Amino acid sequence: MTGTIAFREPDAGILARRETIIEELQALLPEDALVHEARELVPFETDAFLAYHRVPLAVCLPETTEDVAKVLRYCHENGIPVVPRGAGTSLAGGAIGQEDAIILGLSRMNRILDIDLPNRAAVVQAGVTNIAISEAVAPEGFFYAPDPSSQLACTIGGNIGMNSGGAHCLKYGVTTNNLLGVKLVLVDGTIIDLGGKMLDSGSLDLLALVCGSEGQLGIITEATVRLLAKPEGARPVLFGFPSSESAGACVTDIIAAGIIPVAIEFMDKPAIEICEAFAHAGYPLDAAALLIIEVEGSEEEMEAMLGRIVTIAESHGVMAVRRCQSATEAALIWKGRKSAFGATGRIADYICMDGTVPLSQLSYVLRKTSEITDRYGLRVANVFHAGDGNMHPLILYNINDPEDAARAEEAGAEILKLCVEAGGCLTGEHGVGIEKRDLMRHQYGEADLRQQMAVRAAFDPAWSLNPSKVFPLEGRND
Amino acid sequence: MTELLTPETEAEAAAIIARHHDSGAPLRLCGGDTRSGFGNPVEAEVTLSSRALSGIVAYEPSEMVMTAKAGTPVAEIEAALAENGQFLAFEPMDHRGMIGTEGTPTIGGVFAANVSGPRRFALAGAARDHLLGARFVNGRGEAIRAGGRVMKNVTGLDLSRLIAGSHGTLGFLTEVTFKVLPAPKSAATLIVTDLTEEDAVKLMAAAMALPLEVSGASHLPYSVRSAFLNDGINGDSATCLRLEGLPESVSARLDKLAAYAEPFGPLTRLGDADTRELWREIRDVAPYQDRSLRPLWRVSVTPSEAAALVGAMRLEAAVDAFYDWQGGLVWMRMDGAPEADILRALLKKHGGGHATLMRVDPAARKLTPAFEPQPAAVAALDARIRAKLDPRGIFNPGKMAQQEMAA
Ligand SMILES: Cc1cc2nc3c(=O)[nH]c(=O)nc-3n(C[C@H](O)[C@H](O)[C@H](O)COP(=O)(O)OP(=O)(O)OC[C@H]3O[C@@H](n4cnc5c(N)ncnc54)[C@H](O)[C@@H]3O)c2cc1C
Ligand SMILES: Cc1cc2nc3c(=O)[nH]c(=O)nc-3n(C[C@H](O)[C@H](O)[C@H](O)COP(=O)(O)OP(=O)(O)OC[C@H]3O[C@@H](n4cnc5c(N)ncnc54)[C@H](O)[C@@H]3O)c2cc1C
Repeated sequence: MTGTIAFREPDAGILARRETIIEELQALLPEDALVHEARELVPFETDAFLAYHRVPLAVCLPETTEDVAKVLRYCHENGIPVVPRGAGTSLAGGAIGQEDAIILGLSRMNRILDIDLPNRAAVVQAGVTNIAISEAVAPEGFFYAPDPSSQLACTIGGNIGMNSGGAHCLKYGVTTNNLLGVKLVLVDGTIIDLGGKMLDSGSLDLLALVCGSEGQLGIITEATVRLLAKPEGARPVLFGFPSSESAGACVTDIIAAGIIPVAIEFMDKPAIEICEAFAHAGYPLDAAALLIIEVEGSEEEMEAMLGRIVTIAESHGVMAVRRCQSATEAALIWKGRKSAFGATGRIADYICMDGTVPLSQLSYVLRKTSEITDRYGLRVANVFHAGDGNMHPLILYNINDPEDAARAEEAGAEILKLCVEAGGCLTGEHGVGIEKRDLMRHQYGEADLRQQMAVRAAFDPAWSLNPSKVFPLEGRND
Repeated sequence: MTELLTPETEAEAAAIIARHHDSGAPLRLCGGDTRSGFGNPVEAEVTLSSRALSGIVAYEPSEMVMTAKAGTPVAEIEAALAENGQFLAFEPMDHRGMIGTEGTPTIGGVFAANVSGPRRFALAGAARDHLLGARFVNGRGEAIRAGGRVMKNVTGLDLSRLIAGSHGTLGFLTEVTFKVLPAPKSAATLIVTDLTEEDAVKLMAAAMALPLEVSGASHLPYSVRSAFLNDGINGDSATCLRLEGLPESVSARLDKLAAYAEPFGPLTRLGDADTRELWREIRDVAPYQDRSLRPLWRVSVTPSEAAALVGAMRLEAAVDAFYDWQGGLVWMRMDGAPEADILRALLKKHGGGHATLMRVDPAARKLTPAFEPQPAAVAALDARIRAKLDPRGIFNPGKMAQQEMAA
């Protein structure tokens, strides 16, 4: 891309000491735990925000909390910035490092330490993937609720870093609502435990603060998460609508009627076409908008709830209703949705926006979004979590055409500002990272931002942890 | 004599706080003051109340979001929600009976104290899980906006949830925005009688493993049972499991739950009205609304350790207790001294947790830290964070951490 997002000026002193630093870190850690050859560093140059690349000084891949603490203590004493990284699926550039920084990767800490079903809790290392937790407890009838579409790859540490959500968060909440505790290594190497299998905190709710802090407050090495009993059954139903407005109004009415499905996913026409071509899920190609509404419970409950939902959809002129009859069919319906990003990637480069708006503004923001992308001469596909107003416009562009890329970035920024103006926010689940750092002033006033930065500095006075992320580079304070 | 200030606007509140920031004179913060007996004692000549900052600012039922000024009475909020078939899913308790206070509870107080009822252990979570955004005045007298009014928001640090449960030690809340949910149309309770505490804790855990969405799990031993439903529960002890939702689904799930629990002991079913009454009484700690100052603890513990903890405590002191949150919350009343050291040592042995002293006579209160003491590194971090929000330590000094009282 054009590189309009600035990075910090790397510290010349650190660059000059690169060799020594690598030697000292090598001495500190077990063999194999340090990656520093140019060729080996390539996979760590960027994350899923592909537009930016920065080669880090080195990558540490520790296997124990103690080794994480050693690295942090060393970097703290030597003034070296540290960027935590899970699977690197951040779409906001949250895990990108730079020339004078160590990337601290948690991918090797991937053990499930304790599954405690009577207390419905699992203790896992930070590098365990999201899906692995649910898979480990599925035979006993449990699951871990937050289900980001990247769940096959992304780690629980990254989920906590970004406070990730998924399709089912309308009912089950996001990471912060399902997190019971963490083991956290502070910037100076101190190891602390926050929370645990019990529910309340005896002091300030630091867990809430750490969740979504994008690797700025400490390194999470272990997490205690809440497990839930799987519902008896779950059934997604497809609804095709003649317009985005009618689909949006249907969502609002379902919620006003007191019905909370477990998921309400929205796709506009371009998204329907892209996903259908990839997954062959049987999406209605003549519809202008599609909703996937999933309900849960016993057969009787699902029927009762669906009956009410269908009546509401009919009052909004629904064109097609497809109740799926089997688990295979249900999996197929979700496959189309869950592969939306990948399917889009096959036809074009794209940037995925992540603004959230109040439900009543959905239709308005959708209309304005297409006006904005039209104006920039770009295509957009919308696929998102409608039940909670979390929009994901995918702006299609050509990564090899710098002008196109700049236009996409500008259009994206305009869309996010639109979300804020409509009463929403810049990011619902992907985080600020570097991508939205310079838009923060559109959502917060000076005093608001200063207060957040001050709290950040209580953890990391020298701004060493993930330093060029989240807050505008200028005006940082302690 | 202490002075009571009740600003009517955020700007007025900010001006008062800025003056105190300059002079360093402490402020006791409150809403309706219904929980004034709670926490470590605060010595301040001036009390700053949010009660005159009152009124619902915005409410859009189809978005399930409400914004209200901090001093709005909880009753006013509940009434507005009820008109639209909605409610606060975290069912905060009424502390007045237990602590013996008067006054009007405010919504700001609910969030400042993170007041959460029986649904805390189920999907609904705590008050803080429902807080989407807040406006508050920090210790410098600056008005700060945190969070927003949408369900999902990860823009920057989550300061609103940090303020939740900070008991007025980080900022003076002026406005809160929170998620509301459709109120369940129907509710029912299955009571299994005559279980021992150990078996009850096991049954509650097993019930939570069923795909039935149990939304309340409480065990009432014989000593407290008569305090509920006008002594209307039969048998020895009562293990209570609550179901909520659409009527057709509640009755189907109740049958399944009963079939599962059959082998454990005699069963009783409660209908909608009794269910609502029973869980209100559990929420408000009915057995210990005894107009006494006998020490009362709220113990947060790993659920499966609850019965063993209470058993071990009984060997050391005269205690009475009942269980909520599947065992994760133990209400424990002592006959004599609060026995903080014994309780806290045993709690450590039983997987850790937090014992919070809710009630005790004033003399003992001065000597016993109300909140669980933190490990040094966490306490130091807490103190650094407090200093970033309230640099001169003027808000409720000492209320949460006793080391501040000494300083
Ligand atoms: C195809 C695709 C679909 C996606 N769908 C969703 C979705 O539905 N919902 C959603 O919320 N997100 C989604 N994402 C975004 C991304 O997957 C999430 O943000 C995820 O939580 C990141 O996890 P990760 O392990 O890859 O973390 P990384 O990308 O490595 O890191 C993310 C952030 O967390 C920090 N971090 C990582 N590990 C730690 C740690 N142990 N301690 C402290 N900080 C740490 C990093 O510094 C960084 O700021 C999607 C991404 C892709 C590519
Ligand atoms: C569904 C529901 C039902 C309830 N039913 C009842 C009921 O019927 N009757 C009843 O009495 N209660 C009821 N409550 C009780 C209630 O939840 C709390 O006990 C009460 O809200 C505490 O409010 P308060 O204003 O009295 O707090 P206070 O006692 O004034 O304060 C509690 C704590 O919060 C801090 N605090 C208060 N306001 C602020 C502020 N603005 N900024 C910063 N810190 C602050 C104080 O410093 C103190 O530490 C109910 C609540 C709900 C929502």
